[in-house]
Amino acid sequence: MTTRRQLLTAIGMMGGTAALYQAMTTMGHASETQYKGSPDLSGARPGASVLVLGSGLAGMLAAYELSKAGYKVRILEYQNRAGGRNWSLYGGDTYTELGGATQKVGFSQGHYLNPGPWRIPHHHRTLLHYCKAFGVALEPFIQFNHSGYVHNADAFGGKPVRYREAAADFEGNVAELLGKAIDQKALDAQLTSEDKDKLKEALRGWGMLDQDMKYKANLLSAEHRGYDRPPGGGVDGAPIPSQPFPFRDVVSSQIWKNMAFFMNHEMQTTMFQPVGGMGMIGQAFARQVQPMITFNAKVTKIHQDKAGVTVTYADTASGSVTEAKADYCVCAIPLGVLNQIENNLAPAKKSAIAAVPYSNSVKIGLQMARRFWETDDYIYGGHSFTSQDIALISYPNYHLFEDGPGVLLGAFASGAGAYRLAGMTPEQRIEAALAQGSVFHPGTYRKEYQTGASVAWSRVPWTMGCCARWNEETRKTHYQELVKVDDRVVLAGEHASYVGCWMEGALLSSLDAITRLHKRALEA
Amino acid sequence: MKTRAAFLILLALSAPAFAQGGDTPGASTNKTPPPVTGEQVYVQVCQACHMADAKGGKGAAMIPALAKNSKLEEPGYPIGMILQGRGAMPALTDLLKPAQIAAVVTYVRTHFGNSYKKPVTEADVKMMMGQ
Repeated sequence: MTTRRQLLTAIGMMGGTAALYQAMTTMGHASETQYKGSPDLSGARPGASVLVLGSGLAGMLAAYELSKAGYKVRILEYQNRAGGRNWSLYGGDTYTELGGATQKVGFSQGHYLNPGPWRIPHHHRTLLHYCKAFGVALEPFIQFNHSGYVHNADAFGGKPVRYREAAADFEGNVAELLGKAIDQKALDAQLTSEDKDKLKEALRGWGMLDQDMKYKANLLSAEHRGYDRPPGGGVDGAPIPSQPFPFRDVVSSQIWKNMAFFMNHEMQTTMFQPVGGMGMIGQAFARQVQPMITFNAKVTKIHQDKAGVTVTYADTASGSVTEAKADYCVCAIPLGVLNQIENNLAPAKKSAIAAVPYSNSVKIGLQMARRFWETDDYIYGGHSFTSQDIALISYPNYHLFEDGPGVLLGAFASGAGAYRLAGMTPEQRIEAALAQGSVFHPGTYRKEYQTGASVAWSRVPWTMGCCARWNEETRKTHYQELVKVDDRVVLAGEHASYVGCWMEGALLSSLDAITRLHKRALEA
Repeated sequence: MKTRAAFLILLALSAPAFAQGGDTPGASTNKTPPPVTGEQVYVQVCQACHMADAKGGKGAAMIPALAKNSKLEEPGYPIGMILQGRGAMPALTDLLKPAQIAAVVTYVRTHFGNSYKKPVTEADVKMMMGQ
């Protein structure tokens, strides 16, 4: 009898490592994350101490696990709040960005804006593990909604269409064209006649083609793209199909980009969000390490020598300067900030810290007096995409069906659009978001608007950017230098991972960093 | 320009595009017309960090002021910053073409308390890009 190992070896020889990996996954060996459970460190030398810089998720996880291992841990935090980029803005909160603009958030109780992370992939198992361990209640994040709109200034006369209509038309037309190519013998070199029959059957079923392999207005295509009159009861129960869009418009709309977006590994359903706002995760982590944190501490110098690590910090309120000492240091400060802090880290480490620029997204929350997207447009969660700067609006996944207000995500801009919005005053950003978002809900959007808040990450005082942006070249030159333990100091955060710009990356980086630091400490 | 050789070497080393990754809005289909004049580029790009008054900002770290900045006297310095980035500031070559870079450098060098009158040309920028 063939053993499983023999079978896997045979698959590996036949199909290469990709096939082997896939087979292993099917058989339950490999998983979608590098998370292998908590490191369960133990046996720290008596009295050994660690300074953690930054109380974002990476810093707090390091503090939690290292103190469990027996280290004396202290955390220095620049803000008066733990959580870092894991953050929600609620009614009553005040936020001052770089440049001094201050917003008083006016959302109704129970509503919020998640300026940073806002959705959690189901395979980010480190984060899901600690959410469970620390008692964070999660609920589904409605990621994929076929009823959301897609708007592209270059297609459909600039009018938004439903995702389902454009996506169905794209697939239907592609199926029809591929069918034609088969019939015109364009694929005879690649396919046997049996293959061709199977593929045509697939194209008919997938693309909703009729018996003549045509994609047309009929009850087949309506099944995917929707009806002019949907099926009902009684006298007028018979459905009336809808008319497909001209294929030229469908292609111009670049709907394929939206379709491909949802296929990305990290964008695939199921996704989650914490009940009550993303900031609940930071709060839960903070409950585990609260006594260790010194808030309002601006790190000004990191110095290590044979005796230990000395970190100089200034109290942001009084300006008084203090030194903190420990045997080791986990530095979870974003690179753009760390790059400006005096230190005596190794030259290669300094080069790595200086080499990674940060992205610039902008998020805007808009509270609407009533949930018109639900009552008027039958949209429950999910997104509407646009070619305007705001990039999308996203509908709240909580308090569905309520009569009261809802807070929409009125913008999640990146790149050029984010620079434009970030350069505005908070009031101008709201105005731009209302003007652009109105394309989806003309008439209601402005009318129902009550209050809003915005966060431009390039102006966030404690990160000066959203996330580390690596490229192939910087990965090659600097990544290993960035993550390696430099005598008594190790860096942690999303920037020290290949899961950049995700909380999972921050946590995986942290676990790896403290595991190596602990090993080094025991070897000392 | 003194700094040209150094920047050419840096450019040769830098990779053209950023790798994908992270949580993104989705389809990148932005159709907003790009800024043209120096003032437009400043308002629509630079101002996001350096502020409307070009005085920068100060938090856990600082964003340098461009107002009354004597480093702008040597045009290669601001051009190089835009082409290469520094620290958290990304290179902006994916976003801005040489003519836009020339326009905004000229604008910043003649505004916000700076008066370095000699205009920077598209050719200057291209030269620093090794074109």
